[in-house]
Amino acid sequence: MIRLKNVEMEYENGTEAIRNISLNIEDGEFVFLVGPSGSGKSTLIKLLTGEVIPSSGRIMVNGFAVSSISAKQLPLMRRTLGIIFQDFRLISKKTVYDNLAFVMRAVGASQKEIQKRIPYVLNLVDLEDKAQDFPDELSGGEQQRVAIARALVNNPSTIIADEPTGNLDPDRSLELMSLLVKINELGTTVVVVTHEKDLVNRFGKRVVTLDQGQIISDQVGGYVGGNIHA
Amino acid sequence: MRNHKFGYFFHEGLSNMFSHGFMSFAAIGITVACLLIMGTFTLVAVNANANLKDLESENQILAYVDDSYSRDQAEALESRIAALPNVTSVTFISREEATANFQSQYPDEQMFQDLDPEIFQDRYAVHIADLKQIDSTVKSLYSIEGIEDVSAHEEIANGFITIRNVATVVCVTLILILFVVSVFIISNTIKLTTFDRREEIAIMRMVGATSSFIRWPFVYEGFMLGLLGAVIAFFLQWGLYEAVCQGVNANDSLNLIRVVEFSSLWKPVAASFAGAGILVGVGGSLSAIRRFLQV
Repeated sequence: MIRLKNVEMEYENGTEAIRNISLNIEDGEFVFLVGPSGSGKSTLIKLLTGEVIPSSGRIMVNGFAVSSISAKQLPLMRRTLGIIFQDFRLISKKTVYDNLAFVMRAVGASQKEIQKRIPYVLNLVDLEDKAQDFPDELSGGEQQRVAIARALVNNPSTIIADEPTGNLDPDRSLELMSLLVKINELGTTVVVVTHEKDLVNRFGKRVVTLDQGQIISDQVGGYVGGNIHA
Repeated sequence: MRNHKFGYFFHEGLSNMFSHGFMSFAAIGITVACLLIMGTFTLVAVNANANLKDLESENQILAYVDDSYSRDQAEALESRIAALPNVTSVTFISREEATANFQSQYPDEQMFQDLDPEIFQDRYAVHIADLKQIDSTVKSLYSIEGIEDVSAHEEIANGFITIRNVATVVCVTLILILFVVSVFIISNTIKLTTFDRREEIAIMRMVGATSSFIRWPFVYEGFMLGLLGAVIAFFLQWGLYEAVCQGVNANDSLNLIRVVEFSSLWKPVAASFAGAGILVGVGGSLSAIRRFLQV
């Protein structure tokens, strides 16, 4: 569950990235976060992951008050999130299996848990036969599926995907978005930041549109605001 | 800490070390050099100290009694000498005993065998506790009425004291300088590893790894660099010490210098090398990863 109440974010250089945003995302929801470049999407993601602290307002993520979180609580909050980046951010010198095992170890999982969980997650993203491959040996779509598997492997309650299809062709993008919808259907809350109008329209999910740091639209259906451009 | 974590940290630390072979080599090399220099000066100080102790136990000051004193008067001085500070024992040697001692040193010299004891003086053999205070003890002896002359080997004692003091000062200074240099080099080696692994560190932070989990592999890396340096330095020090021992024993035909056997020194040497190596290694890694303490 994500709650933002009257959140403002002004960077040290004076840029007002977020202006008085209030937003609720319930458990199990699928939300597209759209808007042009510089609309505040990335800052919003950084606020949700605790990378930056809001200038004012209150943010709750999965039971944690992120706006005033302590250094000790921050890792625990992040364990409730699975984050997917546009550039995948896989470790190139580790195999697919080790990329996943690495993040499980990072949160203290045992070897037994790792051995049990990874095949299940790889199966979910249809990459069970690529476990011993290195990221450079995979296609872009496969790499992003590894990134999704990595986001899922610690069983988070929320997945946040920041432009996950930005580096993929239309077919792969559709495939990937379908995978995220499937994950959502299994009970995980999914927040997807994207520019891709066609893709958003196709799924008919809740769409929150940002512009100049404000929410200009929040509705179920398609992409609104004809002037939005990448 | 669970066992699998320990294994993981150890493995990661080791692979960090090998991923920057040259820097690790440099870090170990500088640690070895520092420990070796530190160890050498400490061992010189230890040996100077041991020789000083020998000298203290062997060294006797001879206090000669005024010729005009009768035997009874001379013997009466004993309690006054014994009461002086720093004096551990006093033995009266009559002129007859002194003559006999002298003659026994030259049994083949016929001309000494008929010496008249009257040419010798009654004397006291005085043993002292602290060689450093030999000068003041000699002065005190002179101040006793009836003591005409005092003979002591202050020069030899002062020579050993100087060696020990110089070795101690040089040792402490070098330890301080080299300690800082070692910490700096190890710290830089580990900074390089953290730079190389910044992507992994960013991912670990993003998935909710705690700061201590992120820190541990680097602490292990520093620990292993320091310990490996200590082990190598220990064996080099051992070899060097034995070589110097042999050199001293071969050249010191008068047996003036006693070299302490390494077998009686290796435990403290090993412990202090390991301690210093680990301290330098862990200190270096902690200084390198300080910025990761705040996530």
